[in-house]
Amino acid sequence: MTQAETRRIGLRFENIDKRYGGLYALRRVSLEIAPGECVALAGRNGSGKTTLLRVAAQLVRPSAGKLTFSPAQTETGPAVTNTGFVAHATMVYDELTAEENLLLFARLLEITEPAKRVDLLLRDVGLLDRRDSLVRTFSRGMRQRVAIARALLHQPSVLLLDEPGAGLDPQGLSWLAETLWRLHGAGATILMSLHGESEISGLATRGIRLDAGAVVADTRTGASLRSILTFASA
Amino acid sequence: MSLLSNATVLLGKELRTEFRSRELLTTTVVFILMVVVLFSFTFDPTREESRRFGPGLLWLAFLFAASLMLQPGFLREQTNDTLSALRLSVSDPFAIFLSKLCANTLFLLITELLMLPIFAVLYNVPLLGVVPQLALVLFLGSLGLSVTGTTLSAISAQARMRELLLPLLLLPLLTPLLIASTEATAALFAEEPVLRWDWLAFLIAFDIIFLTAVWLFGEYLLEE
Repeated sequence: MTQAETRRIGLRFENIDKRYGGLYALRRVSLEIAPGECVALAGRNGSGKTTLLRVAAQLVRPSAGKLTFSPAQTETGPAVTNTGFVAHATMVYDELTAEENLLLFARLLEITEPAKRVDLLLRDVGLLDRRDSLVRTFSRGMRQRVAIARALLHQPSVLLLDEPGAGLDPQGLSWLAETLWRLHGAGATILMSLHGESEISGLATRGIRLDAGAVVADTRTGASLRSILTFASA
Repeated sequence: MSLLSNATVLLGKELRTEFRSRELLTTTVVFILMVVVLFSFTFDPTREESRRFGPGLLWLAFLFAASLMLQPGFLREQTNDTLSALRLSVSDPFAIFLSKLCANTLFLLITELLMLPIFAVLYNVPLLGVVPQLALVLFLGSLGLSVTGTTLSAISAQARMRELLLPLLLLPLLTPLLIASTEATAALFAEEPVLRWDWLAFLIAFDIIFLTAVWLFGEYLLEE
């Protein structure tokens, strides 16, 4: 898959709180993610990684604080940020085929020549021969491939990945790492939470560790980064 | 234009998934058939009684069918978090609601059209002379059911006890619509059928008010 130069977009989280009732999922999170940066999020279960990614995708409105994009947006809403999001759930329809799913989202995203783009991605994720199979007949790894293909449809400038390697076999992980390298090289900003995906964690140039919704470590260099990446890959 | 093109694409998805599985239509048609047949056996109404009680019975059956049919609309989108994928893909979130509204109205109308001949035979109510007028009442009533039901389905999908919440919220809210639809239908079932424009105007106003409210505030319904 060829990757054109991507528009570089950075993210700025300012004092973000997210509460669910009395429970803080995020607590005063302030971060500046530079355009083109690749950041790995680490932390225990329930530390706030998923919530932070959903706030970045503008799927969750913070209880307090502000999320801004640079260069500044003139509009608001998830679509205009050109965000690709891979979540825990596959975010595709089990009752549709792999091709129907991708065509649906390609048309919604108003991609020119959607069929051509879908063909390319299906070939890339190794599902071209299963294009007409219903997603519900797929294994977890195959579903994850469709999920990743969906997130990459519009060649997003910001990629938000929540344990993207979940369910992928070693070949799938290699493909994902290679794809992310290419996207990163083209200027995409990547924010990912990892869990046991060492091949992908090698991409990260910055590590952020969360605990109880707060940032407890943020580093770009040296042993601290390795320690965070090791924690993420554990 | 983005709104309409997105809504059209999503409507295509709704129709494709439903006509592939036929889950909603089959369940609802069977359910409504049982209600109409059981009422017929239980009360064994005369032709005069059918004219008096038939419209109320018919709209109650449609209301029960709607509460059954509308529940999964947004619930299905929770299974794989596809609602989030849709929100990330459409430029106007109202497109998501609009497509579900159109699909629900269509499915409800199909159910009603399948049921009417059976109702006419079981209750001995001649409908052939008032088909266009009845179609208008059914359309306006079903649109009102769908607008309200789809909105509440979006609200209840994110709540606990969601299966109970939709009927609990839906039934009281739809009481005015139920009365107006029943009265308009009763006027068509009378010995000398007449189209009651006052009740039709009420139905149109109900539909417009709810549609406008959802258009203005619908974005918040889809948020987590």
